[in-house]
Amino acid sequence: MKARIIVTLKTGVLDPQGKAIEAALRSLGIEGIDSVRQGKVFDLEVSAGDGPAAEATLRTACEKLLANTVVENYAIEIL
Amino acid sequence: MHAAVVVFPGSNRESDVARALRRSGARVSMVWHADQDLPAGTDLAVLPGGFSYGDYLRCGAIAGRAAAMDAVRAHAARGGLVLGICNGFQILCESGLLPGVLMRNVNRRFICHRQTLRVERTDTRFTSAYQKGQVIDVCVAHGEGNYFADAETLARIEGEGRVAFRYCDAAGTITVEANRNGSLNAIAGVYSDGGNVLGMMPHPENFVEGLIGGTDGRGLFDSLAA
Repeated sequence: MKARIIVTLKTGVLDPQGKAIEAALRSLGIEGIDSVRQGKVFDLEVSAGDGPAAEATLRTACEKLLANTVVENYAIEIL
Repeated sequence: MHAAVVVFPGSNRESDVARALRRSGARVSMVWHADQDLPAGTDLAVLPGGFSYGDYLRCGAIAGRAAAMDAVRAHAARGGLVLGICNGFQILCESGLLPGVLMRNVNRRFICHRQTLRVERTDTRFTSAYQKGQVIDVCVAHGEGNYFADAETLARIEGEGRVAFRYCDAAGTITVEANRNGSLNAIAGVYSDGGNVLGMMPHPENFVEGLIGGTDGRGLFDSLAA
């Protein structure tokens, strides 16, 4: 089974890299993008059963390592 | 004083901090990140600066979950002293031993320069050799030193007097210019709720010899070894 985990910064947390990308897009003349927040995507091959068991494993992976929940949110997608 | 310096793949300041500790009279052992235990009789565990695990994922994230960190956590839970400098501070935040997190510097640059700090407390095991409000001249070298905590956590840290050092100008005034990484409340170092764990971004171990620029870092190691 494949899964995708998306980690994003929580609202209100300053994202200097996102700001830099935002400015770079503006300098390229790409109009109409008001703000950019940078995040991370993890693609995983999961063998920990399917359904609830796999989701529990993925949630543990997020809580223990993939996201720092002080400043980041995570979303799990089973593909 | 027996100090154990934990070395991770990518640590690069372990020799400097060991030298600074020995200079102040401490006995120093090196501990490898995969070790399950600290040496018997360890008083102080030290997490040195560097780029553990290449800063992969997040600075300090992988080191914060290394085997030796379980031993450091147990040591801290027993009331043992823990000091994390630069990457060591990032590891302490990632391991849950200190609140908050160190984000990318607000100017997005790696900063490497001399830095004055204001010593906020002297009634701790880490800072007794300094004067309260003393301005010390050390240096910083980091890309992710921008201290962040949510509003509630920050209020608790401030309310409990857990800020160890703040970035300041040469006169001891907290200014925006002096806080180049953008840390909340100009926080350069934080204590745990028990006061036995200290994390700080600046490098006191760089400045223990006049020959290489200054000696204001000695106070920290002298305090610990006293």
